[in-house]
Amino acid sequence: MSDTTANIRAAALRGPVLKRAALTGGLVAIAIAVALIRSGSGLVVWQSVVTGLLTGGLYGLIAMGLTLIFGVLDIVNFAHGALLAVAMFIAFGVVQGTGLHPYLTLVIAVPALFLIGAFVHRGLLSGSGGATLENQLLITLGLSLLLENGLLMFFGAEPKTVALPGDFQFSLFGAVVTGGRLYAFIGAILIGAVLFYLLRRTRFGTAIRAVAANGQGAELVGVNVRRVHTLTFAIGTACAGAAAVLAAPLVTVTPTLGDQFNITAFVVVVLGGMGNVAGALVGGLLIGLVEQLTTIYMGGQSSLLGVFVVFLVVLFLRPEGLFGRKS
Amino acid sequence: MLRIDKLCAGYGRMQILHEIDLRVGEGEIVALVGANGAGKTTTLRAICGQLRATSGTITFGGASTAGRRPDQLVRDGLVHVPEDRALFGTLTVEENLRMGAWTRPVAEIDKDMREVFALFPVLAERRSTIAQTFSGGQQQMLAIGRALMARPKLLMLDEPSTGLSPKLTWAVLDAVKAIRDTGVSVLLVEQNAKQALGIADRAYVLESGSAVLHGTGAELAGSAAVRKAYLGL
Repeated sequence: MSDTTANIRAAALRGPVLKRAALTGGLVAIAIAVALIRSGSGLVVWQSVVTGLLTGGLYGLIAMGLTLIFGVLDIVNFAHGALLAVAMFIAFGVVQGTGLHPYLTLVIAVPALFLIGAFVHRGLLSGSGGATLENQLLITLGLSLLLENGLLMFFGAEPKTVALPGDFQFSLFGAVVTGGRLYAFIGAILIGAVLFYLLRRTRFGTAIRAVAANGQGAELVGVNVRRVHTLTFAIGTACAGAAAVLAAPLVTVTPTLGDQFNITAFVVVVLGGMGNVAGALVGGLLIGLVEQLTTIYMGGQSSLLGVFVVFLVVLFLRPEGLFGRKS
Repeated sequence: MLRIDKLCAGYGRMQILHEIDLRVGEGEIVALVGANGAGKTTTLRAICGQLRATSGTITFGGASTAGRRPDQLVRDGLVHVPEDRALFGTLTVEENLRMGAWTRPVAEIDKDMREVFALFPVLAERRSTIAQTFSGGQQQMLAIGRALMARPKLLMLDEPSTGLSPKLTWAVLDAVKAIRDTGVSVLLVEQNAKQALGIADRAYVLESGSAVLHGTGAELAGSAAVRKAYLGL
């Protein structure tokens, strides 16, 4: 008897996810159709869809790091964007200093951010000072101000660019795609896949999910929970580092550029379900799309407006996110 | 195996345990019975390292456990199953069991898992099921199975019968006896004194944080004071 109830319950957990995925797909299709009517040009819409999805991959990667940290440590990391900016300046500095290819700075920026993340957790968050939610919020917010102003002090406020040697562009069924954007997307998806593999298929990844599911239980099977927390925070920060290097050739690098990425990443995290890593990737693609389609609806500089409208609607109708479970 | 002398512990300024003495020998089931709030769970939490003793000593396998964290004590062979079971709800049954073997060599996990499956066949049938969809009895079996994956020398069970039907309770307690017969010592906390005394080799009765009675399971089950106070006879 209990076997059947368990089966039903398992199916009940799977069913709505498929239904919501279909619903989301339907909404996206409608949004694209409306954009088509609004602009009257298939090519403009197609360009937006392509650019939106390619950019969305990066949003997904940034949000994966953020959502991983939230899911495992219950910490809402307001310094995520500032850490991303730090990584971008590491990439910028290394390219300037050594002439290394921008993408090769991954081997420096990612381990550097991993270590910074580990130190931030050990030094600021894992002690009794980081015990309450308010403290975590203030610590990470303070850290982000410190990092941004540190970058301002060392690098100055003037915008910088990281040039991608041998960048090219090509036409994808009429839409213009630059090499930098394509590489950033592919890189983000690959790193996301590695992270997913780590979490789903390795012993350490299972331990991370176990700590997220029940910290006390993890301790009682012999897991050093504090160490898993530190490593998870470090991995999440390293994701921001990887995304920063991939995004560096696409943006103007300024000390405060993390803020905008941070806000977008928070929207993505909520959309994908707080703590849901796969949901973050899907949410990233969606938000990339929303951003681009908004410029068709409203024109010009309004891309974030659409993002926030979606954010508020999701918070209002489904605060647990598109793919999260009600708790 | 486990030796507790004059253990005092509590939460903040509130002292719960008052100079408890307790022994668990090799391969025996020791039951800890008593009313709600008598300090049974607090005793287990102090032994497994979740709660620091304010005074007194706990030695396990000849070494003091003072200052050791729960995850370190698991490596020494002291494994605790709390009353809420602390399962990894979003993980599958098999993942829960594999996590139970976190402190064990990877090469031996499959063999140990087959032994757990032999004890609780339902876990083998449902190995890909997400743990939180399990019923209460299945969850208790999974919690005990996960604890066994660590190859404990001493297994501590806090109220394994919570939320189970009498029939399922007996199934779990039978499994506890089978575990004892493989040489594992068991420290069992139960509110259901009758059933606990039924399978225990020895037992302690806790009252307001002190061990007031001690004897074999049969002795205590026969004692007039215990029958009156805890068995409702």
